[in-house]
Order: sequence, then structure tokens, then C-alpha cells
Amino acid sequence: MSTALGSNRGTHPAIDEAAAGTARPDSRRRPRRSKHRPAWEDRPTALGTGAKVIVLALIVLAVVYPLYTVIITSLSTTAAVTEAGGLITVPTELTTAAYRQILAGGIVTRATMVSVGVTAVGTLLSTTVSILCAYGLSKPTSFGHRPILFVLLITMFFGAGMIPTYLLVSNLGLIDTYWSLILPGAVSAFNVLLLRNFFMGIDPGITDAARIDGAGEWRVLGQIVLPMSKAVTAVVALFYGVGYWNAFFNAMLYINDNAKWPLQLVLRSYVLQGVTLPGSGVGQVDVATGAVTGLPVKMAVMVLAIIPVLVVYPFVQRHFTKGVIFGAIKG
Amino acid sequence: MTAPTRSAGAGRTGRSDRAPRPVPAATSDPPVRHRSAWTRIKRDRSLLIMTVPVIVLLGVFAYVPMLGNVIAWQDYSPYVGILDSPFVGWWNFERVFTNPLFWDAVRNTLVITAFQLVFFFPIPIVLALLLNSVITPAIRTTIQSVVYLPHFFSWVLVVTIFQQLLGGAGQLHRILEANGFAGFDIMTNPDTFLVLITAQSVWKDAGWGIIIFLAALSTVDPALYEASVMDGANRWRRIWHITLPALRPVIILLLILRLGDALTVGFEQLILQRGAVGAGVAEVLDTFVYYQGVINGDWSFAAAAGLVKGIVSLILVLGANKIAHVFGEAGVYKRA
Repeated sequence: MSTALGSNRGTHPAIDEAAAGTARPDSRRRPRRSKHRPAWEDRPTALGTGAKVIVLALIVLAVVYPLYTVIITSLSTTAAVTEAGGLITVPTELTTAAYRQILAGGIVTRATMVSVGVTAVGTLLSTTVSILCAYGLSKPTSFGHRPILFVLLITMFFGAGMIPTYLLVSNLGLIDTYWSLILPGAVSAFNVLLLRNFFMGIDPGITDAARIDGAGEWRVLGQIVLPMSKAVTAVVALFYGVGYWNAFFNAMLYINDNAKWPLQLVLRSYVLQGVTLPGSGVGQVDVATGAVTGLPVKMAVMVLAIIPVLVVYPFVQRHFTKGVIFGAIKG
Repeated sequence: MTAPTRSAGAGRTGRSDRAPRPVPAATSDPPVRHRSAWTRIKRDRSLLIMTVPVIVLLGVFAYVPMLGNVIAWQDYSPYVGILDSPFVGWWNFERVFTNPLFWDAVRNTLVITAFQLVFFFPIPIVLALLLNSVITPAIRTTIQSVVYLPHFFSWVLVVTIFQQLLGGAGQLHRILEANGFAGFDIMTNPDTFLVLITAQSVWKDAGWGIIIFLAALSTVDPALYEASVMDGANRWRRIWHITLPALRPVIILLLILRLGDALTVGFEQLILQRGAVGAGVAEVLDTFVYYQGVINGDWSFAAAAGLVKGIVSLILVLGANKIAHVFGEAGVYKRA
């Protein structure tokens, strides 16, 4: 569409000229008109463009710079960090020593494995039950449709509260088990509704045709609806996955044994609060030679906590507008 | 005047599937009406079975704890158990309402909500307008990808990044001191705590917040802009008369959600920093419940405080929706 409008620009000399506010000879020298700009829109002033570029560049920098400096510091030698007096901006000596140190076993390695395991199992469970429930609720004429939907909606408006939930998890004997990190928050009504909205948007003609051909609901879901819903499924799986990976408070509540801590809790204790972790072998270096010595190691723990997000994000990101917005606007 | 605006509001809600359902047995699907419940269950058994895992999970981990709130009326002790703990009437609620620390937490919570409503809420709108004016698709999607990203970082990570860059031993502090300025530690200063947590929220979530505004903007008919240009509207008038009105329903919806959530302010964010700046400014309702219950072991008292918060929040959401309906907006849910 934008190209069609763009090609029209020659036919609207009046607008072009009025916008440029200049005479014809000048307009020949002006910069090439963006092919994305609709014909009716006047070109921005140099000042406006300049301000916009600067603001946008600052915004991008505000996100990228902290990540950059954390990653560079994690890859630097202790000597380089000491020389710089802290976080590194310009890399000098690079090494993977910090990563080798934390991944050689010990508490960070264990915590990473706990986080990976909980995230994998939790995401699989949450996404599966959410898809099933969303599909089960996608036919407004089905039996019990309205009450079940209501059961779901209530949880969005009224939470039971931390104390009764804690007591329940405790009474179920889930304290210090990995299930305590998965089950209490396994279902997000929001995600179920997101999926449900998408399923309901699928042309019923397609699914009805399959039913007439003898497919049961399970087959319709597995062979027709799911393959059509890859984008929204990916987004919901990302939401759940990121939720599991990033959670730290549930572990703070339910996991007393620090051998079972997930990575975020280790990050909080060791990096944020500066607590020396027993048995890590990493913290002792800290105490002996001053706070800054452990900085590459601390930053390496942070990078470890970011990596999965950075790896998965690009694959799912392009679905956001499709998946998320579909649900949000429709829902 | 109210009647037409209401119907306009109802018509604008997205959940179109719910519109005909208030009269399910009407003309649309007559056979359903004559079938007995049992035949319908048999017909829909696959669909019903699919909902079972979620119902079980919510039943156990959302609804059972709702009943567990009964300890708010008990003098609960973990050693005696929920069944045998004595009932004490409204005693716990009286203790909550007469506790100055509770009111401090309420005040801190509301101050944070109000502050963020002014200094956080408008930022995604401005960002969305700014990004919407970037017309080259490649640049636009790149910036979008970058600004969405921090939303997916954990609070531990965000707070740690702030600490490492702006804290007492952080980068900014070092640069300031190296250049002869007095360094400051924003991470432990109670006076600037509001600014700090708002900055953290902006860094983490303002970018993500634009996604819904961009979606709303993409639905605006370009012909409106074209026509307004013909009528002589400049850039700012177009924003004022076309763009912002297009965003109005979304802005109101988000405002309602925020008001309904007025008592919930970044629990993980605050509990991470409560130790560093002190309970004086960082104690909000959720952290109050946590410390009174889990740390101090005053379970019934904490449950009562949590229940008060939950019920007030529920009233706020329903009330905000009501107001939205009065103004002819769709709100979060539709009128039944």
C-alpha cells in the first residue's frame, strides 16, 4: 500500500510543494522522498527529524548499553576489571574464565540446571493444559461452557492471597520440592483466554468439515487447529517459559534448601546482596581479594540468567503483534 | 442519555461470542434446548475432558486457598492445624485496622501507584506515537524488538543492573567521583526511592507497554489523515484529532486495569529492595503480608491483611468498570 501511495507523489505537486514550502529548483535538490511515506504526509523538518533520531537513539542505548557492559565485563579478566575499577566499557583482555569457573560444578551450575528443568517441565505442562482448556472452551454452545469460563475469569479478579496459598503448598508437602515452583502458578487465565480467542477466530467451516469426515475433537485440535495456531502457541509458551525462568519469589517462599535454588535466587543472594554462597568456591575469592575481584563472575551469572531469554526471544518476537494483539484487541 | 451510550459500549466490546449468549435457548440454536443435559454432556465429553486439567489445577491452587482465608477469623497455629484452630471473630481484622504499620503500607502503596500513574503511564503512549512516526519498517521493527526486550528480564536482573550501574559501587558513582563530583547511592536512598523504582519500571516495561497502542494505531484508517491534510490540519492537529481519539478506548481500558490494581505495586521489585532502603518507604501491602505472615509467623493477622487487600482490589476493579460503562467505554468485561 505504501508503495502505491508513494508512486502517486508525482501527481500531487501541489501538496508536495506546499509541504516543502520552497520553489521548484530547490525541490530538485531535496533529499529523496522515503518510499514508505504516504503521499499526503508532509516531510518532517530537519529539526524534528534530528530530535527524533536523538531520542530514539538514546532509548535504544538505554536498553543496549547495560547489557553490553554486563556481557563485556563477564568476559574480562579480573586484572582488567581491577584496572577499570568496576564495569568495563571498552574491552581489553577477554577471557571465558568466569564462565568456566561457574560452570565447573558448584552452586551456580546446579542452580542453572534447576532453572532449566523447572522451566522446561513447567512450560510444557502449562502450555499443554492451557491449549486443552482453551480448545475445550472454544465452542460457545458446548455444555458447561459458561460456568467453566466463569471459574477461569474469577481467578483474574480475585486472588486467594499469599498466606493461604503458602499454607496449602506447605500442607500438601510440596515445600522443598520442585513442584512447588510449578504447580501453584501453572495456569494463567489470561493465557488461556488468549488461546481461546485465537481458536474461536478460526473459520468453523474448516473444523466442521473435519468433523463431518469423522474426526473427533482431539483430532481436530491436534491436526487442524494446532497447526494453524503456531504463532499464538509460541507466544503463550514464551510467556509461561519466561515466567518460570524469571520467578524467584516462589523459590524464596517454598525452597529452603539452597542446593535446590533456581538461578534467579542465586543471582539475588550472590550478586545483588553480595552474600558469599557456601560451597560455591566463588564467593571465597571475593572475600579474600576485595569486592571487585568477583565482578566478572557475578556478571557471568547475570549473563547466564539472560541467555535463554536472548536466545528464544528473536524467534518468538515476530509473532507478538499477531498473537498478542489478536488476543488483546479481541478479548 | 445513558441508554444509547451503554449500548454503544456493549457493541464495541471484542468478545463477540458472548453477545448472543444471554438468551442461549432462543432462536439461534433450537435443538440444543430440547436435549437433556446428559445427551449434551455425552456430545461434548471430549471438550469437557480437555478442561479438566485446568479446572483441577485452579481448583486446588486458586480456589482451595480462597477457602483457606478462613484462618483470618481464627487464631491459626500451624501446629494445631486449620481444622482445630479456635475461631476469634473479627479480632484479626481489628488488629489489622489498628496497626499503624498497616496504614504505612497502605500509604506507601497508594503513593507509589499515584506516582507511577503520572510518571509511568503516559510514557508508552508517547513512545508509541514516536515509534508510529518512524515510517521505515526495518528501523521501526528493530527499535520495537529492542524496547520490548527488557520486559522479559527478571526483576532480580533489572534491580541488579541498576545496582551495578547506579548503585554505591556502581559505574555512575565511580565516574562522578573520578571527576570530582560527590557520588550518590540511589539504591539505598529512601528519599529518591520513588524515582528509582519508577525508573526501573520504565526501563523494564514501558517499551512493552507500547505494543497495545501500536496495535490500536494500526487500525486507524489512513483516509482520515489524508482527509485532514486536505482540510489543512498540521502534524499536531492530526495527532490531537485523529490519533489520540483512536487510542482513547485502549487508554481508558489500561487506566481501569491500573486503578483496579492500585493496591498491587511491583511486589518482586519491592521485596528485592526493601532491605536496602528500609521498610519506611518500601513496605507495601504485599510485602507487609509477607513479613507479618511468613517471617513473623502471625499467619491469621497476615491472612486478614491480605484478604482486606484482595477484597478492596476486587471492589476497585468492578467499580472502575462501572465507571467505564457510564462513560460508554467497553471496559475489561462486558455488562451481562
